[in-house]
Amino acid sequence: MAMTIHVDIASAEEEIHSGPATVVYAPAEMGEVGIYPRHAPMLSRLRPGEVRVETPAGEELFFFVSGGLLEVQPHVVTVLADTAIRATDLDEAAALAAQKHAEQEMKDRGSEMDYAKAKAELVQAAAQLRAIQKLRKRGRG
Amino acid sequence: MAGGKEIRTKIKSIQNTQKITKAMEMVAASKMRRAQARMQAARPYAQKMRNVVAHLAHAHPEYKHPFVVEREAKRVGFVVVSTDRGLCGGLNVNLFRTVVLAMEEWRNKGAELDLATIGTKALGFFKRLGGNVISKASHLGDAPAVTDLIGAIKVMLDAYEDGQLDRLFLVHNDFVNTMIQKPVTLQLLPLPPSDEAELRHHWDYLYEPDSKDVLDVLLTRYIESLVYQGVVENLACEQAARMVAMKAASDNAGNLIDELQLVYNKARQAAITQEISEIVSGAAAV
Repeated sequence: MAMTIHVDIASAEEEIHSGPATVVYAPAEMGEVGIYPRHAPMLSRLRPGEVRVETPAGEELFFFVSGGLLEVQPHVVTVLADTAIRATDLDEAAALAAQKHAEQEMKDRGSEMDYAKAKAELVQAAAQLRAIQKLRKRGRG
Repeated sequence: MAGGKEIRTKIKSIQNTQKITKAMEMVAASKMRRAQARMQAARPYAQKMRNVVAHLAHAHPEYKHPFVVEREAKRVGFVVVSTDRGLCGGLNVNLFRTVVLAMEEWRNKGAELDLATIGTKALGFFKRLGGNVISKASHLGDAPAVTDLIGAIKVMLDAYEDGQLDRLFLVHNDFVNTMIQKPVTLQLLPLPPSDEAELRHHWDYLYEPDSKDVLDVLLTRYIESLVYQGVVENLACEQAARMVAMKAASDNAGNLIDELQLVYNKARQAAITQEISEIVSGAAAV
């Protein structure tokens, strides 16, 4: 049997592939790399592109990754894939949006607050009503 | 004694409520199964990430990433994972109690507090209580994506890197089983040192392009995956808690209906008895 290397491809949301391979090609930051069994330990960023896995049965599997990390150990290759396209400025925009939303929500506390207060009062009134009803029933029985 | 018709209307209305709570219970049950599957699906990534990070901590001692360095805690951040909707029993309340207690503890130590809220309930709670919410994410739906969380997390990570935060905690509900959900607090930053046994031989990775860049990306992804894991787990908790709460509501409605039915029957019988005695006494008087 030919020498094989174990490949795990996982994204934060799910495991995409797991199984043996004879060779794995991945779009590393500095150019595409081909990994055969007993490769030296390596850690690299991935560019958006294609991960190719050649299985011992001779099949070729393709997986698209939009970035992420590649970890290589002599007998295990792990691809930690991003599910979304990540770029620093995109992340920055998302962070700004999250911050702005929070500030906005904190500012217009008025209406929301009244609603919460009214709701609390309603719950209290309902509880009182129930207590009264129970007392009445007991008084009768 | 209340009239028969009023009691009947009341029974009817409770039956309608019961129908709704039963439906919600069943919906929550099926959503819970899916949420649990999602929780399982997210585990391999987090597990592998943890392995790599643990490896790095041993293999690469000379470079200290800011995420690993311990500083004096002057300002503490909390990422609070709550649900978007209510009607899930005491799930959120228990969680908030944990958060408030932890916050109190830090405040007593003289630390200031910042919050990132995930889910509308946490935002609403801290709006009422008063808390410095610096980022938020909400309306994640039943299948949250990591993309929805990136922004909220990045605000906290940036604050940490700038030295505005000295500690970062994640608070979410842990899915023990369908009946039990436990609020847990997890320290995200600085990354707690792994307690795994010393590696047998010393080796290092080849880094591409260089170790600092790779570590940056890796640690950010790691934190994100931890938060994502918390969110997915909290979702499973939400559905489980809702299922249990709705089951209790349906049972209560059943009890109420039984009680009212009894009252109704009594009232009906009393009315009949009264009618008969009136007729009898009327006939006797003739």
